[in-house]
Amino acid sequence: MAAIIRAENLTHIYGQGMPDAATAIENLNFEIEEGEFVGLIGSTGSGKSTLINHFNGILKPTTGKLYVDGQDMWADPKQIRKFRFLVGLVFQYPEYQLFEETVEKDIAYGPTNMGLSPQEIAQRVQQAAQLCEIDSEMLKKSPFELSGGQKRRVAIAGVIAMRPRVLVLDEPAAGLDPEGRDNILSQIKAYHKETKTTVVLVSHSMEDIAKYADKVIVMNQSKIAMYDTTEKIFARAQELLQMGLSVPQVTKIFLKLRELGIDVPTDVYTIPYAVKTILAAKAAKEGGKV
Amino acid sequence: MIRDITIGQHFPGNSLVHRLDPRMKIILTMGYIVLLFLAANPGGLVLATVLLGILYRVAKIPLKLIVKSLKPILPIILFTVVLNLFFITGQGSPLFEMGFIKVYIEGVRYAVLMGVRIVLLIAGTSLLTYTTSPISLTDAIERLLSPLAKLHCPVHELAMVMTIALRFIPTLIEETDKIMNAQKARGAQLDSGTLQQRMKAMVPILIPLFVSAFRRADELAMAMECRCYRGGEGRTRLKQLRLTSTDWASFGVCMVIFAGIWATNLLFTGL
Repeated sequence: MAAIIRAENLTHIYGQGMPDAATAIENLNFEIEEGEFVGLIGSTGSGKSTLINHFNGILKPTTGKLYVDGQDMWADPKQIRKFRFLVGLVFQYPEYQLFEETVEKDIAYGPTNMGLSPQEIAQRVQQAAQLCEIDSEMLKKSPFELSGGQKRRVAIAGVIAMRPRVLVLDEPAAGLDPEGRDNILSQIKAYHKETKTTVVLVSHSMEDIAKYADKVIVMNQSKIAMYDTTEKIFARAQELLQMGLSVPQVTKIFLKLRELGIDVPTDVYTIPYAVKTILAAKAAKEGGKV
Repeated sequence: MIRDITIGQHFPGNSLVHRLDPRMKIILTMGYIVLLFLAANPGGLVLATVLLGILYRVAKIPLKLIVKSLKPILPIILFTVVLNLFFITGQGSPLFEMGFIKVYIEGVRYAVLMGVRIVLLIAGTSLLTYTTSPISLTDAIERLLSPLAKLHCPVHELAMVMTIALRFIPTLIEETDKIMNAQKARGAQLDSGTLQQRMKAMVPILIPLFVSAFRRADELAMAMECRCYRGGEGRTRLKQLRLTSTDWASFGVCMVIFAGIWATNLLFTGL
């Protein structure tokens, strides 16, 4: 599969030339392949938000290049809007960007900006609403009447309706209750499976990353510290802890078990897999006895 | 961009200008403004410029900042200068004539004087806000206006309103930036198109901004009530304003210079 996003020596310095210039990301080189579900983790201030703001041209790299779908993003700055439709970005707390009279109109804002036909817009709004579990009654309501979780879903639907090839979400579940959290993330996962859209998920919850991401980018001090499959990343628990990050609870338990001298694998990061390994170990033990 | 707005920004420091009592600074700034319009000759304005230059030096405020704070009002300055240039008629014959436009020597004189006045006006008031924190500024205004409280004017409440408004400027700027980025990500075109299109493009930014401003106001009011805020009556202060000998000395020195600037009017009447 081809790389949908490719960064070459990507660097961003805030306030370059000023005495208080700060390097937010430094010399990043990586590729994200089409159709992947990539998790992006890193402690606060590690450059995650700066990086994702580059994906659709909100920020311009100070030096280095970013290729989306094989095209240099900043070759012609006037064409940057094209990339904004190619890469959909859902910011933190996106519910604060809602403004239309009805939910329906708000979801249609992005597609309208794309200059699509009214039928196409209506169809996209319907589909995005369905994906985000927004029923037809809610579509007619004002976005300001909804609950926090509902607003969040409307905002995400507003980006999904643009049908971007890459969907980037900055902590889409922050501040929601456990049920709302699971709802939103599993909807995104379902959307990813159904449409094969590339998804980049920024999260501070290792559990969520473990549950949903196939690959993980770990950022530390403006650089990419690791980029690998999820199980390989969480097998390096010690390094993650040193960066002020963490590993899922279940991985912690398995690491403790290993410390106690029990022979278990270290790349356990989801509950189903943990259950499987424990059952396998138990079966092996009982089998040995008999 | 939107973050470059410098008017009303505070630059902390520990110079003589910073340490002056804010009440004194407000009074002196007001005096300075009046003086700028009283001084009707180049000599006085040159003196006023020199005085301000020295004060900026003492306060260690870089000159770059003045240039930056003047940028947004450049159109106003140009407008005033051009207006004065063309519409002031003098005795003698015009310097320059083109159709209905006639430029007289008096016009040039007034145009330059007005331009310099506006620049000094902005630079002078900026010095006040650069060297005085918003909190002590409103504190001083409250104290200066306190006699009005006897006339049942809600002085404390007005001062509190001002403090809160100033406090929220950076917050709202940040918020605007965020909302603008979010709408840009949805394909909003903010910097191109006709005037009407651009105005329309502002709606998706202004509505969320207003909604969040009201939400913040609500939250702040609640937080203030939780801390038993009930207006100014009987409220004591952490920092009491007291006029020191330094304040009076600065006041005296400034008064002498102000008088000097005014006196130039008498000296240069011929110009």
